[in-house]
Amino acid sequence: MSILVVDNLSKQYSKNLQALKQLSFSLEQGESLGVVGESGSGKSTLARILIGLESYQEGAITFQESPIAPKKRAPLRAYRKNVQMIFQDAASALNPKLPIWKSLLEPLKNYSEFTPSFIEVDGLSDKDIAEKLLGLVGLDSNLADRYPGELSGGQKQRVNIARAISLEPSLLICDEPTASLDVTVQVQILTLLKELQQQLNITILFISHDIRAVTFLCERIIVLKEGSMVDQFELDDLYKSRRNSYTKALLDAASL
Amino acid sequence: MKTAVIRTSLSLGNVNLVLGLLLAVFITSVTLIGGSLVPHDPFQVDMGNRLQNSSSIHWLGTDQLGRDILARLVYGAKLTIGLGTVAIVVAILIGVPVGLISGYIGGKVDAILMRIVDGILSFPDFILAIAIAGILGPNLTNLLIAIVLVRWIVYARVVRGLVLTEKQKEYVLVSQTANSSSLKTIRMHILPQVIPDIIVMAAIDVGKVILLVSSFSYIGLGAQPPIPEWGAMLNDGRSYFQVKPLLMVYPGIAIMLTVLCFNLLGDGLKSHYDIRRGRGRI
Repeated sequence: MSILVVDNLSKQYSKNLQALKQLSFSLEQGESLGVVGESGSGKSTLARILIGLESYQEGAITFQESPIAPKKRAPLRAYRKNVQMIFQDAASALNPKLPIWKSLLEPLKNYSEFTPSFIEVDGLSDKDIAEKLLGLVGLDSNLADRYPGELSGGQKQRVNIARAISLEPSLLICDEPTASLDVTVQVQILTLLKELQQQLNITILFISHDIRAVTFLCERIIVLKEGSMVDQFELDDLYKSRRNSYTKALLDAASL
Repeated sequence: MKTAVIRTSLSLGNVNLVLGLLLAVFITSVTLIGGSLVPHDPFQVDMGNRLQNSSSIHWLGTDQLGRDILARLVYGAKLTIGLGTVAIVVAILIGVPVGLISGYIGGKVDAILMRIVDGILSFPDFILAIAIAGILGPNLTNLLIAIVLVRWIVYARVVRGLVLTEKQKEYVLVSQTANSSSLKTIRMHILPQVIPDIIVMAAIDVGKVILLVSSFSYIGLGAQPPIPEWGAMLNDGRSYFQVKPLLMVYPGIAIMLTVLCFNLLGDGLKSHYDIRRGRGRI
């Protein structure tokens, strides 16, 4: 069953700047789809449209069989419960003036009627919940009281992941989640995402310019260039069949 | 907590903040308890003792109606500083929400609010305040209204600018994707970033407004005789300036010290916050 269907999506910023051109793809429940492309290919625009931060001119987005209209508050509330996003810059995605536990609990506070499954017993204090969340992403619970400035880049991104999965979304959009991290930490974060996906049965849309990161995590990959999809394939077919020249160029650049 | 601020400031060499705080302590205590220490009534006319020099009875002498100058200065401190502070607080209470709404919501709301602000801003504020006070009639309440009307726009403008930068930050976007209401996002993520700048601005602004209040009283649009507002005292002393220049010197010094205090506080707080934000030292 398709969890997300994007049909003919177009987004125009100005007369001369079309970020997305009639983009169509679908996402199956439980799979992880990679979106690759260079800077300016429309990857981030796609992420921001899908999370409801930006509007679009043409096309339709269907999530779990119901259409998503941007900028309407009531449907967005239910949608955002199920779709969460991890941002590119781990550091600036956390408010420097708030302790980690407050940042972590912001989504859950907005959905007070929802009790995630990792909260096994009633009557946990806010900080207990935050510490449990930190445990889910492999962080020490004593980080809860710290401020973002006191954490490393990898730890910050783990906090961001913990916040995103706190609502137990069915779809997780990752917009270059490893771009601001060094290589060893990148691998740790990707491994964590892979584990969480299996544990919580999350569908992942993984956006990156780094085709190596995408091949590590995703079974299916689409390639964007200047807002259009130029190629799509299963990971197993990456080397088998003849690929689009642009995909080849990306692969060569990553020396795979 | 105050001593903690002083200690960290001293260790960082923030002379402005320390001097400003010391002056503030002095001025506040004079304003609050000075009245009970001066044995004279600021309104008591005593024509037999007019234009006296300093003595053990009248420490700073008496004015042209024989009233004790020290008593009038101390009484006037409450009025002048109180009025300046109240004016700025009210201006902040109006200007900051307008700036937050305008900057955060943007679009048509922003355009309308900012055109109103631009309209008011295009008049020199002193002239505009004179016009408002002139139309409403000369007294302290109307002066307060006039000052608030010309000052709130400054806060609206500055806060809007700050919000425009803040709302681009990723943690504000994250807050939106967490489905926080606009009010919650502003309260949790934007307002805390804006408050330090508002405090710095307000500290300097209170000094400016005290000058404004005194200027208005001096030209006869603010406090009316016999109210001992400092600007009004300057105005009263003007006719006797050649006989007794100290009549103008004392309120002049009082105004100067108070404005200096608020300016030092403002500058000191600015460097204090800049250091904390890692923008380098003073």
